[in-house]
Amino acid sequence: MNFDDLSALRPDLAFIAHWVADGAHVLDVACGDGAMLHYLGAGKGCTGYGIEIADDKVLESTRRGVSVIQHDMEQGLGLFGDNSFDTVMCLSSLQMMQNVEELLRDIVRVGAEAIISFPNFAYWPHRVALLMGRMPVSRTLPFQWYDTPNVRCATIHDFMELAGECGLEVLECVALADGKPVRFLPNLRGSLAVFRLRKKARVAA
Amino acid sequence: MHFAEPLRLRSGARIGDYTLMYETYGTLNADKSNAVLICHALNASHHVAGTYDGSPKSAGWWDNMVGPGKPVDTDRFFVIGVNNLGSCFGSTGPMHANPLTGKPYGAAFPVLTVEDWVAAQARLADRLGIEQFAAVMGGSLGGMQALSWSIMYPARLRHCIVIASTPRLSAQNIAFNDVARQAILTDPDYRGGDFYEHGVVPRSGLKVARMIGHITYLSNDDMAEKFGRKLRNAAENNDYKFGFGIDFEIESYLRYQGDKFSEYFDANTYLLITKALDYFDPAREYGGDLKRALASVRAEFLIASFTTDWRFSPERSREIVQALISNRRKVTYAEIDAPHGHDAFLLDDARYMNVVRAYYDRIWEEHAKEAA
Repeated sequence: MNFDDLSALRPDLAFIAHWVADGAHVLDVACGDGAMLHYLGAGKGCTGYGIEIADDKVLESTRRGVSVIQHDMEQGLGLFGDNSFDTVMCLSSLQMMQNVEELLRDIVRVGAEAIISFPNFAYWPHRVALLMGRMPVSRTLPFQWYDTPNVRCATIHDFMELAGECGLEVLECVALADGKPVRFLPNLRGSLAVFRLRKKARVAA
Repeated sequence: MHFAEPLRLRSGARIGDYTLMYETYGTLNADKSNAVLICHALNASHHVAGTYDGSPKSAGWWDNMVGPGKPVDTDRFFVIGVNNLGSCFGSTGPMHANPLTGKPYGAAFPVLTVEDWVAAQARLADRLGIEQFAAVMGGSLGGMQALSWSIMYPARLRHCIVIASTPRLSAQNIAFNDVARQAILTDPDYRGGDFYEHGVVPRSGLKVARMIGHITYLSNDDMAEKFGRKLRNAAENNDYKFGFGIDFEIESYLRYQGDKFSEYFDANTYLLITKALDYFDPAREYGGDLKRALASVRAEFLIASFTTDWRFSPERSREIVQALISNRRKVTYAEIDAPHGHDAFLLDDARYMNVVRAYYDRIWEEHAKEAA
């Protein structure tokens, strides 16, 4: 897969891929069909692993030649050693987790940098829906309240606070709409929140 | 294929003048780069796939996996099945004459390890002119052989496929094996291993050994579903028989399996193979550190396990995965949610078959790219 293929297929991933250094060792938590890792391997010489629980996605990733480990991310990242990755990605999955905080701390443990994305609950159409008295349903939150896999609803501001508590320093925060960054009023106009974070330097005691 | 030069075994013993039975499927390409070696488990043989002319029931033990158009596609790959030393399907084993005495080896047949088998398989590969396998693959004990290949001959395989296997047996696994061995060793017809000369077979020992083994291949749920507490030919009023014959379906099934097995399997082979299982522990010489044991492997891995396999559970496979990850080796791991316990690796399950097929498709694409 080359960059143009990725841009056409998943513009959000194409945007995020710029943040991963050439040759980086990468962990993709909930790697889905493996498109991102496939591109990072073929296009940027990256190595690494994806973890994924769903049988059909493990199969897709295997077809793409991605090193996929079938594993439930709720069980944490115990398979991976401390500081073993340059970048840990968790894209559009955090909102489905029971143990968000534990996973974030595990991401801090295994990686130097992290890239995390999730649907921005404060996106204006969501706010409008709530003002109208209904739960928001949109392209980034395409589910009804009773069948959504998204058990965590967060805004850009909410996540920023938790990331800090878990030992992550925000390097960049971008809100995307249709895969393109929104500069003006991002927490209102961006449907997907994307964070680039770094493990906080330990303060000497 | 006959080998005159003695093979030095892990135990220090040597075995000279031996034969290995093997079968091949598909065509070896000009640069000999499309060979796949399939390693067998306890009771299987070199007859991996296909049927013999005139006997439609003679399907190979992994016929659902290997063949034209199957996950391991013999229209693409040249697949080799080999019967291990000490087994009872034609390769030199304890029932054959010891060239030193002219009598059957019996219990004097040297105790073998998984590594010894792999060394013998490597010699076969040498003779066939195969320097590097596209893949070495096996399930259970066969998976241990594949793993050993990656450690002993890192440059001789591009892919290593290890299914429902383990980096070592647990105390519980060894315990089951030893009960099975005791059943054979204490059968009066075992005659210290020299039963061939006495014209007897320790059939009841073999039968019990197989029954014990078979229990560990099935999951509790699978047994409950297949047999439950169903009665076999119950007395009138669906009552118990109040005796020590067969009351329950599960008893009938296990005894039948045991009887069938004792008719074709060799008692000394059973002892040898279970010992090889017990001894397998590649991390042992690295102070139990599997990461170090796998530090020199070069192959890319596919590891698969089955959620209801309590003999070699997913945890054991994950240990291999973890050791490979910590060495930054390429590894794909599928944990198949299948109800059939350890035996699942021989059965049809779409998720399992699809993942193996996808992995082989990738091996093939890679191969085509390199050839281009």
